[in-house]
Amino acid sequence: MSISITLWVLNLVQAALMVLAAPLLAGIIQKCKARLQNRRGAPILQPYRNLLKLFRKETLLAENASWIFRTTPYVLFTTTALAASVVPVFLVDLPSALIADVIAMAALLALARFWLALAGMDIGTAFGGMGASREMTFSALAEPAMLMSMFVMSLGAHSTNLSTMVEHALHLEHLLPSVAFALAALLMVAIAENGRIPIDNPSTHLELTMIHEAMILEYSGRHLALIEWASQIKLLLFATLIISLFVPWGIAESAEVWPVLTALVFWFGKVVLLAVALAVLETGLVKVRLFQVPEYLSTAFVLAFLGMLVHYILEVGA
Amino acid sequence: MGDVMLQEAISVAASLMLLISFALLAQHRLLSVLHWFAAQGVVLALTTLLVAVISGHNELYFSALMTLLLKGALLPWLLWRIIRKMHVHREVEPLVNMPVTMFIALTLVLVCFYVALPIERMSQLVTHNTLAIAMATVFLSMLMMITRKKAITQVIGFLSIENALFFTAIGATHGMPMIVELGVAFDVLIAAIIFGLFFTHMRSTFDSLDLDVIQEKSKR
Amino acid sequence: MIDSALFLAICAMSTSLFASLLSPCIGRFPALQRLSVSLLLAVSGALAMAAGLFGLNSSEAVITLPIGLPWLPMHLHLDALSAFFMLTIGVLLLPVGIYSVGYLKEIVAKNGSIQQMGLFLPLFALGMQGVVLADDAYTFMVFWEIMSLASYFLVTFEHEDEATRKAGFLYLLMAHLAGLLILGAFSVLYAAAGDFSFVAMRNAELSPGMATAAFLLAAFGFGMKAGVVPLHVWLPDAHSAAPSNASALMSGIMLKVAIFGFIRLIWDLVGMHEFVWWWGALVLAAGSSSAITGILMALQQHDLKRLLAYSSVENVGIILIGLGLAMTFAASGHPLIAVLGMIAALYHTINHALFKGMLFMGAGAVMHATGSRDMESMGGLIHRMPVTAVFVLIACISISGLPPFNGFVSEWLTFQTALLTPHLENTLLAALIPFSASMLALAGALAAVCFVKLFGIVFQGQARSTAAAEAHEVDGWMKAGMAIPALFCLLLGVLPTLFIPLIESVPQMLIHTSLSGSVQPENWLWLTPVNADRASYAAPMMLFGMLIFAALIYWRLHGRGKRILRGPVWSCGHAQLNPRMQYTSTSFSQPLKRIFSGAYLPEVHEGTRYGTHPLVVRTVVYAVYIGDLFYRRLYLPIGRITQIIADRVAHEHERGMHAYLAYIFSTILLLLLWVVQ
Repeated sequence: MSISITLWVLNLVQAALMVLAAPLLAGIIQKCKARLQNRRGAPILQPYRNLLKLFRKETLLAENASWIFRTTPYVLFTTTALAASVVPVFLVDLPSALIADVIAMAALLALARFWLALAGMDIGTAFGGMGASREMTFSALAEPAMLMSMFVMSLGAHSTNLSTMVEHALHLEHLLPSVAFALAALLMVAIAENGRIPIDNPSTHLELTMIHEAMILEYSGRHLALIEWASQIKLLLFATLIISLFVPWGIAESAEVWPVLTALVFWFGKVVLLAVALAVLETGLVKVRLFQVPEYLSTAFVLAFLGMLVHYILEVGA
Repeated sequence: MGDVMLQEAISVAASLMLLISFALLAQHRLLSVLHWFAAQGVVLALTTLLVAVISGHNELYFSALMTLLLKGALLPWLLWRIIRKMHVHREVEPLVNMPVTMFIALTLVLVCFYVALPIERMSQLVTHNTLAIAMATVFLSMLMMITRKKAITQVIGFLSIENALFFTAIGATHGMPMIVELGVAFDVLIAAIIFGLFFTHMRSTFDSLDLDVIQEKSKR
Repeated sequence: MIDSALFLAICAMSTSLFASLLSPCIGRFPALQRLSVSLLLAVSGALAMAAGLFGLNSSEAVITLPIGLPWLPMHLHLDALSAFFMLTIGVLLLPVGIYSVGYLKEIVAKNGSIQQMGLFLPLFALGMQGVVLADDAYTFMVFWEIMSLASYFLVTFEHEDEATRKAGFLYLLMAHLAGLLILGAFSVLYAAAGDFSFVAMRNAELSPGMATAAFLLAAFGFGMKAGVVPLHVWLPDAHSAAPSNASALMSGIMLKVAIFGFIRLIWDLVGMHEFVWWWGALVLAAGSSSAITGILMALQQHDLKRLLAYSSVENVGIILIGLGLAMTFAASGHPLIAVLGMIAALYHTINHALFKGMLFMGAGAVMHATGSRDMESMGGLIHRMPVTAVFVLIACISISGLPPFNGFVSEWLTFQTALLTPHLENTLLAALIPFSASMLALAGALAAVCFVKLFGIVFQGQARSTAAAEAHEVDGWMKAGMAIPALFCLLLGVLPTLFIPLIESVPQMLIHTSLSGSVQPENWLWLTPVNADRASYAAPMMLFGMLIFAALIYWRLHGRGKRILRGPVWSCGHAQLNPRMQYTSTSFSQPLKRIFSGAYLPEVHEGTRYGTHPLVVRTVVYAVYIGDLFYRRLYLPIGRITQIIADRVAHEHERGMHAYLAYIFSTILLLLLWVVQ
């Protein structure tokens, strides 16, 4: 396993890019939504300013907060950033993709969620418990759909290694309906996992409807900043995952200057497109009732499972 | 070259058909059921068109046009009118709840897959692998007829069985002979009109289109 | 010359036996009794561990002891399979022994004596060690029954309680039914081999019909003991009734001994060449349904130990999924993938022994501190019992299958095996296996929900009762007992590459293929089951990456010496929060109860008592009762039908003299006719 220094350096650059660009994506989505609602909206760089402000503010902890509550922001940020660093962004051949494959990546995100839910339960308020309960429940229902759609992709690629999967997707010659099913399922899961409309509203503080926000009500200062940042990274991570797995065109296959630069431009353009699409979706849809979420997620699962059946019926048998 | 393209086109169409069958099962509102039914007709027409372009059978163009007009537009419109005129309740009333229906549906697809496997192995046609999906579509439509309460949904189920059979014919043999196709098309049209008449009578006799209610009342 | 590993194993058994015999003799000195029994158990565990480690590396060793029936001496042997399960037994017996020193002190204080425990706990250990070492069917059954009976007495330790007696009865009944079925399986093999020894059974030729009969009997018999759905109903009652150190052993290793029996009988004695494809499918289906049912039931429990018991059902399901995959692939001629599935199953076996043992010990510690098993009366224990909290948290993360702990490794390996399905020719199976895998994913994610609930309700928030508010940390022995498996959980999670080559000798023995034959492991860093292109997981690197990131943030954020202020809880501005306003265990799992109401069939008892005026509400009562679906829908009807048949037969008995004469007459007539034919 001789991996050149260049690749590792590029990998680190990629990880840093994911971490640093994440607030930008949030800014773009906010701006788009504002424009769609005929508002001028905050500047695109506003999320960076928010984070800076939060980092400077003093941190207040509840009296009975335990060490779990204090470590959560760090664990959350660390695991999310680590998960983000194994997804190919502009280069297919990624040495860190060997550390954790797609299943391990999902498990890292699950670890982050586990810790966050514990933090929600830590203080002992009704909101925290409610958020933790709902978040864990819905993500549990999303898990099979996510895994099944990953399965569909890895059945074709004969691998769960993200680099190999992206490479396979890049060299697909035929129209494969199963991929479309997997994409649809993964999009639905991504919306649910990131707590966007129609599952959760990231900008609400209305107690009966919130899921994610309810868990982090007690956080302040730099703790809050890290949590916000982590959820922005997660959004970018899912966007990049979808882009690299399903529309990888333009991604660099060799670590040379020119392909990498064009790949960067392509990636950026595709992320912006996804952001616009998400903004349009969020403006057009309303949040569904809490108990319709399971139906939504089971639809995602059915889609992914159909993808797998279609793969076996139409693509393997052929 | 043509074969590969044909195969891909039919594969995509087959998966769309399967998707629509599931969508038909998953809807809560009667109108969206109708929309998906219309979509099924359009997909069918597109498939016919694609097959016509690739295989070069000229009469298939006509067939595609007819499918589009009849199944994509006329039949859905007729049904829509019935729904509006009869003031049918907008909700689909399932006998079996959604997740269970979905689960049964997935199992059905698997069963069809298993049943079609030996047939597919024998078949020499380029499109042999769509057989399982076509069969599944038929069964899913039947499932819809079984698990829904309203007469309207049963008619839609029936019509989508017909669509599925038509799809099988297109996929397996590049379409049936023109005369058969014309005959079937008119049969379906007549059937739809008769259904419409039936609905009116059922409504005036029983005051409802709910099959349970009708059964209950006719016993008395 | 006797082999050293086998010698160690026999030493372990002798130590258990000695402990059990010694205990009644020193019953007058409870302190001495407690100390000697516990420490001897720990020694026995350490010996078993050593035996397992040596045995995995050495070749098979056999010994015949002149005990038992005159024509049937006791055959013992230690091959790779026995060695692995010896290791599993030892790895939990050692910490449980140490833990018991502290735990039994409490029981002595409460009950006055530990006579029953002192006798039966070591005997139980002896039974399990004996089953694993047995080399003939007779020895196997003898030790099997010792294990079952000893554990019955452990279950009924608190026999003053009626529920405990009932649980014990159900357990005894099911254990014996299981024993009978296993005996049946051995009889089938005996019929083919003509001898009780495993060597003869291994070499015997089986007809397909006989093989199937043996498989079904073994599957149901061992499945009953392992708690596979729908044969699991005894498990939650029995495991929650037993004292915590005993339930740690029962859940942690007794269920594994049943898995061992199944592997021994089906893989070793019947043999891989007899496998039919639907055997694997059956095991796979049983595994998937156990995993889902187990965790769904666990989610709705608020009795700490019942929750853990149901979660054992789930984990046995996960093991069976791995095993079922291995059987499927073995039956269709892919030994290499079968090896992978087998390793996944074995890995999860030892993992579950570790974390479930640790969780039961933690539950014992919590019960000991608060005097209750009801989660609804706990809360905030992380402040009162910080060390126990850390260990339970580690166990919770491991059992939820999250990196960097061991649960993730085995689930990951199972997923990787499932992903190799395109190699199957049977396309129906190939489409079903990913479904099974997605059920595994669902079970894993629900397990995370369940254990967030456990940890959150028990250890976090505010104390829900005065007992919880005044809880105290347990003593050093109990802490040490929990620390050992916690350490192993981390080691097995981070260094799977060192452990897998060790346990690989088991599939090597059973499937005659090894992973390293085709793929050289790159080095200790990367876990690459098939090849590096296919999938890889580097736990040490992952841990390292996490530490790097964490250090970076810590350095950036804490360099400036800012202090953190403590203030009252905000909670959206609610004033005067009290512990009763927290989410409870029931409310935490309410969404799932609603989503899966079809599987739970909850019975809700609601009632409102009004005062003088209909607007004045005095009390509101809300109680939800969720029973075991299978108990209500399967067992009770069977019981009822049996009762009806029995009544009918009883009725026939009351006919009087003439009827009896008629019975005798017709029996003779029938016999005559049969003889003539």
